[in-house]
Amino acid sequence: MTWIVRNLWLIPAMPILAAGLSPLVPRKRRLLTASAAVGSMSLSLLLSLIAFAEVLRLSEQRNTTRHVFNFGWFQVGSEWLKVGWALDPLTAVMLLMVTFVGLLIFIYSIGYMAHDDNFARFFCFLSLFAGAMLGLVIANSLLLLFICWEIVGLTSYLLIGFWYQKPSAAAAAKKAFITTRIGDLAFLLGMVWLYSQAGTLLFYDNGAGCLEHSVLIKLVAETTIFGMAASTGIALLILCGAIGKSGQVPLHVWLPDAMEGPTPVSALIHAATMVAAGVFLVARVYPLMSAHGLLDLSASATPLKVVTWVGAITAVFAASIAVAQDDIKRILAYSTVSQLGYMMLGLGVGGVAIGMFHLITHAFFKALLFMGAGSVIHGCHEEQNIRRMGGLRKLMPITFATYAIGMLALCGFPLFFSGFWSKDAILHASFTWNVSRVPFYLAAFGVLLTAFYMMRQVLYVFFGKPRFESAGTTPHESPTVMTLPLVILAGSSILLGLIGTPEWEWFRAFLNDQQLRFDLRGFEESGFLAVMLLSTALVLIGLGIGWLLYGKKPARTAEAPDAVEEFTPRIFNLLRNGWFVDAFYGATFVRLITWCSVSCDWLDRWIFSGAVQFISSLTVGASRLSRSTDVLVVNRVFDQSCEEAVLSGRLLSRLQGGRVQGYLRIIGIAFAGFVLFLIWGRHG
Amino acid sequence: MTTPISYLLLSALLFAIGLATALIRRNAILVLIGVELMLNAANLNFIAFWRYSPNPEALTGVMFALFSIGVAAAEAAVGLALIIAVYRHFNTTDLDRIDSMRG
Repeated sequence: MTWIVRNLWLIPAMPILAAGLSPLVPRKRRLLTASAAVGSMSLSLLLSLIAFAEVLRLSEQRNTTRHVFNFGWFQVGSEWLKVGWALDPLTAVMLLMVTFVGLLIFIYSIGYMAHDDNFARFFCFLSLFAGAMLGLVIANSLLLLFICWEIVGLTSYLLIGFWYQKPSAAAAAKKAFITTRIGDLAFLLGMVWLYSQAGTLLFYDNGAGCLEHSVLIKLVAETTIFGMAASTGIALLILCGAIGKSGQVPLHVWLPDAMEGPTPVSALIHAATMVAAGVFLVARVYPLMSAHGLLDLSASATPLKVVTWVGAITAVFAASIAVAQDDIKRILAYSTVSQLGYMMLGLGVGGVAIGMFHLITHAFFKALLFMGAGSVIHGCHEEQNIRRMGGLRKLMPITFATYAIGMLALCGFPLFFSGFWSKDAILHASFTWNVSRVPFYLAAFGVLLTAFYMMRQVLYVFFGKPRFESAGTTPHESPTVMTLPLVILAGSSILLGLIGTPEWEWFRAFLNDQQLRFDLRGFEESGFLAVMLLSTALVLIGLGIGWLLYGKKPARTAEAPDAVEEFTPRIFNLLRNGWFVDAFYGATFVRLITWCSVSCDWLDRWIFSGAVQFISSLTVGASRLSRSTDVLVVNRVFDQSCEEAVLSGRLLSRLQGGRVQGYLRIIGIAFAGFVLFLIWGRHG
Repeated sequence: MTTPISYLLLSALLFAIGLATALIRRNAILVLIGVELMLNAANLNFIAFWRYSPNPEALTGVMFALFSIGVAAAEAAVGLALIIAVYRHFNTTDLDRIDSMRG
């Protein structure tokens, strides 16, 4: 075991350390906190590079590429609860992505948050997030993963509600926290179930971990309710957690609202890393998801089918909503939901490598898009409505160029952009899925929609005539500290595609631990070329429709109706309101819970509180009675007797004059009386 | 048999003077003197009753008187010692001011 494996914990420890330090720094030393955060991230990136190199070295030696380091955390009865970390290709790739994108976003934030009063708090939360996310990535125990998962959720809550003075931000933070909590509850249940069945939460533990063959066989053989294998039930419950975190239908509602947070947060947490944690989780427990295949090779495992369907439906559902949004960040948020759907779809139909490839490429170009959007918002003086922008192409050239690259990568524009290769891999895998062809059609339609809404957004923002509210405020290009990360990310959005092209499937080989091959015939493999041509056509059609509707005659004023709105106002309205999912939840679940709360309140107020008050008033009455008895009877008797005793004492104490002669006098008088009695008394 | 009425009257007079001294005088020493007078009145009674008793040969009254004088000497010593102790404590022998035992 090498040094880096033993000390993998240092990677998450660095940003957490920075997060712990920043509250101690004086408020005025803003740059110190920022440099602590950036410095810790750079160190983490360095360590991640070392870890990545280590994995590369191992995979070249054809050794096993997974190294784990487990240790006992605490003892329950006679059993040790063990946690630990693992270094394998999946971890290494994620580490590299999170630290790299994170570092760029940290640098970008220095510029974006420069004028915020709570600069230090922002970097504290951001560092804490990065640390927890890295901990989540290296975890070799479902428990450790869950702990980091929850810390990540907490920081997400804190950062969405960063501007908590805004009621909408506070509400969005609450919504995000509660919605993901629904999924996490199921995740927790799945984890408990897994522990009760497998007796361990370690993923890999020299053959005894819960993702290894011996335990999986046991889990598959165990039959539970509805004749379902235990592994299926556990996998479905864990999947619920992933659905909540990754904003999949039906728990996607929090993600668009999460855009209330600062834009770097949207880029880092709600586009590149945290929401991808759900996808990463599914990839991590993939052996459990696909465990059914151990018994019956022909059938696709139920959890994977669910993953596929959820992903496909989310992909097209969210893309359709993005078509009708006006807020630049909300469009990107729905686009994120849609892309997460693609990742899930990729995991479901194609396995870890395909889903993860899209996750990595998406992280780069979506972070780029969000930061570009942030640059636009920053330049337009906190304006987020795309209808009040326009013509920014000339005013913000760097932002426009990088944004365009991000947009083309997201659309999957052929050949030069990473999104094309990763999305094509997913499309191809769903095309060859042996269960159903429907997810493929959904995904293909999603591609069309993606190209269309991105074209619409770019045309609204960067082309046409300026439609600002006041003519006096000219948008300006952002400072270098913000544009530099954009350029770097734009470069990686293009170059990353190279590691996953069908001819040179380095990425897949790396993750699956296979022999790497360079093969031009990759294109010919079971309709790959056909799918590629189809998707290219779809992208071009989507872009074309977008150009026709929005590019040929751009909107002149901010109030002019949208082109789609003119065409089909009812559908546009439906999409604008997100298929009324929020309203539906508001009318059903929220109303149900409100009703429950109101009835609980009523019960509390009238029944329980009444009973309590009745009992308390009884007690009060009894106490009053007891008190008056005390005062009137006991006290008076006692007081009276005391008074008598005092009085008599005072009376008697007069006799005790203290003068000896006084006593003597009394004795003398008594003696004289006695003598007189003796002399005359007896005869009388 | 004659009655020693004159002795008894003298003794009674002595006793009355002693009692009056003990009751009236404020000085503790004089009170002690009064007590001694009363004691001597009693001794006189012993002698008188012995002298006029049926058999004066038996010397009983003298014996009593002698004992009584001896005890009185001891008592006077104790009494004086007490008075000195009281004086040291209160810096006075005025009995009216020695009333710390008042209830």
